[in-house]
Amino acid sequence: MPEAKLLPLSEAIDRFVPNGSSIAMGLAQETLIPFAAGHQLIRQNKQDLTLIGPISDILFDQIIGAGCVHKIRAAWVGNVITGSGYNFRRAVEAGTLEMEDHSNLTLAMALRAGAMGVPFMPARTALGSDLFKTNANLKTMNCPFSDDTLTAVAALKPDASIVHLQRADVFGNAHAWGNLGLIRDACLASRHIIITAEEIVEPDVISRDPNRVITPGFRVSAVAHAPWGGHPSPVPGYYNRDHQGFIDYQAESKTQETFLEWQRQWVDSVHSWQDYTKLLGAKRMADLAIKHHDLSEPVDYGY
Amino acid sequence: MSYTLPQLMVTAAAREIADGEVVFVGMRLPLLGFLLAKSTHAPEAVGIYELGIVRDTLAPEPILTMGDLPNLYRARWLADTADMMGLLQQGRVDVSFIGGAQVDRFGNLNTSYIGGVTNVTTRLPGSGGACDLASLAQRHIIIMNHEKRRFVPRVDYITSPGFGAGAGWRRKVGLPRGGPATVITTLGVLRFDAQSCEVMLVSVHPGVSVETVRDNTGWPLQIADQLTETPKPTEKELDMLQRFDPQQYWTGN
Repeated sequence: MPEAKLLPLSEAIDRFVPNGSSIAMGLAQETLIPFAAGHQLIRQNKQDLTLIGPISDILFDQIIGAGCVHKIRAAWVGNVITGSGYNFRRAVEAGTLEMEDHSNLTLAMALRAGAMGVPFMPARTALGSDLFKTNANLKTMNCPFSDDTLTAVAALKPDASIVHLQRADVFGNAHAWGNLGLIRDACLASRHIIITAEEIVEPDVISRDPNRVITPGFRVSAVAHAPWGGHPSPVPGYYNRDHQGFIDYQAESKTQETFLEWQRQWVDSVHSWQDYTKLLGAKRMADLAIKHHDLSEPVDYGY
Repeated sequence: MSYTLPQLMVTAAAREIADGEVVFVGMRLPLLGFLLAKSTHAPEAVGIYELGIVRDTLAPEPILTMGDLPNLYRARWLADTADMMGLLQQGRVDVSFIGGAQVDRFGNLNTSYIGGVTNVTTRLPGSGGACDLASLAQRHIIIMNHEKRRFVPRVDYITSPGFGAGAGWRRKVGLPRGGPATVITTLGVLRFDAQSCEVMLVSVHPGVSVETVRDNTGWPLQIADQLTETPKPTEKELDMLQRFDPQQYWTGN
C-alpha cells in the first residue's frame, strides 16, 4: 500500500516549499494555473523564491508583488489579455529582481533535459538573439554530427513543480486533460511535485484511465484538495476563464498601493477554498460554469 | 461601410494566410486573423497554438485568448508545448504571427528590454514563443503600432531575430530558415527587399500619407515603386469579425 499524500494546502506548501526554493508553476500556460497554491506562498510570506514557468499569466506578477521572489526564469511575464505585469515591471526596472530570459521552446527543452536526466538539450531556436545575453544557461554549440550551429539549453531541475489539475487520488496519481503545455516535463524534472486538484477521487477513477495520468504517484510529494484553485484561469471540465478577473487585475496592480489592497482582499483575508468561493460568489461561479458538456467515448483497457 | 483600424489590420493579417497553410497562431490580433482567414479564403488552414493545441475548425464561440475553453473544444490535438515546438523546429509551420514593441529596419524585434539590459527603462513581458516563431517558421508576420519610438534604426535588444544585420546574417548565425515577410502596422504594410533584407513600405492604409509613415519611422524608410493602398475590409470580413469579436475587445477603436 503506497503512502497517502493528501494534505491541507497550507501544510503541503509549508512542508515542501522552504524559503529559497525554485518552483515551476503555470506550466500549461493559460489553463490550469495554480492560483490557490500561489496565493498560499504569499500568505506564508515565502522569501527568495525562484519562479520557473513559460508565461505565468499574472500569477508570477502577484507573487513578485508580494515580495516573495528573488529570481524569474521564464519566457514571458504579464497579463495575456491586457499586456504588462506591473509588479514584474516595477521590480525589474528597480533592479530588485533577477531575470533569466527564455523562449517557450528553450524553457521546454531545459525542463525536458531535467526530465531526461541529461545535462542539456539542443535546439535550433534563438540563434542570433540577445536571449544569450540575459540567460547564462543558453550557449551555442556545434552539432557533433553535422557541425550545424545549435543552441544548447542547460537542464533545469526545479526544487518543486506545483500543478493544478482536475482530479487526483490520495496517493498522488492524477488526471489532467486539455492542453498540457510543459506540465509533464516539469513534473518529471522536479525533486518534489505538489498537486492541487479540483476533486479528490477514488484510486480506481484514476487507474482505470492510465493514459490520462500526468505523472505517476510515486513521484508526487503532496496532494491538496483545491476546488476553484485555478481561478481565474480556465480548468477544462470545471470552469471557464474569468476574463473580468484578469481585466480587473490590470487596474488592481497598477501601483504598489492598489496591489496591496488586492492582496488584502484576495489573499490575506482568505484562509480556505471555502473563503475564496464565498468571495467569488454564486453568480460569478455559475456564469463561469461549463454550459456545453462534451463527454468523450470510454475506451477499453481490458485484456 | 465603416471599419476600425484594428479590423483593417486583422484583415490584412488574414490575407497573409494562403489556403492549406499551417499557421502558428500568436496571441491577440492574430487569433482573429486566423479565424478570419479560415472563414473566408483559407478554409483548409491548420492552426497551431503554443499552449499545446492544434485545430482546423472555428471555435464554436467567441474567444478572447487561445486558452479559452471553446478553443480546446473538439480540437484536432491537445498535447504538450514541446510537441508544437517540434513541428515548428522541423520546418512544418508555413507562417506565424507575432506582435512587437520595437522593430528595426531588418525586422529584428524587441519585446523585452527598452533601453537595453544594463540601463532598462521599460521591462516588457518578454519572448513567450515569439523568438521561436521568428527563428523557425518558414516566414513570420509582425503586427505592431507604427510610432517613431518603436521604429528604430537598431533595436535595444533582439528578442526575436529578423534579418539581424542584413543579407546572409540568418544563415551565418545558424538559423535554419525563415525570416520576417511582412510588417502590418497602424499606418501601412511593409515587406522586405529580397536582396538587402531591409523593410520597405508597400501599402498605406486609407487616409494615411507616405509622409506620415516616414515621419513615424526612425530611419529613412524605403518606399516600394508600386506603392498601393491597403485594401479595406469587405462586408463579409467585417461580418465575420463582428461574429468572432462581438464586444470589439480586440477590434474596437
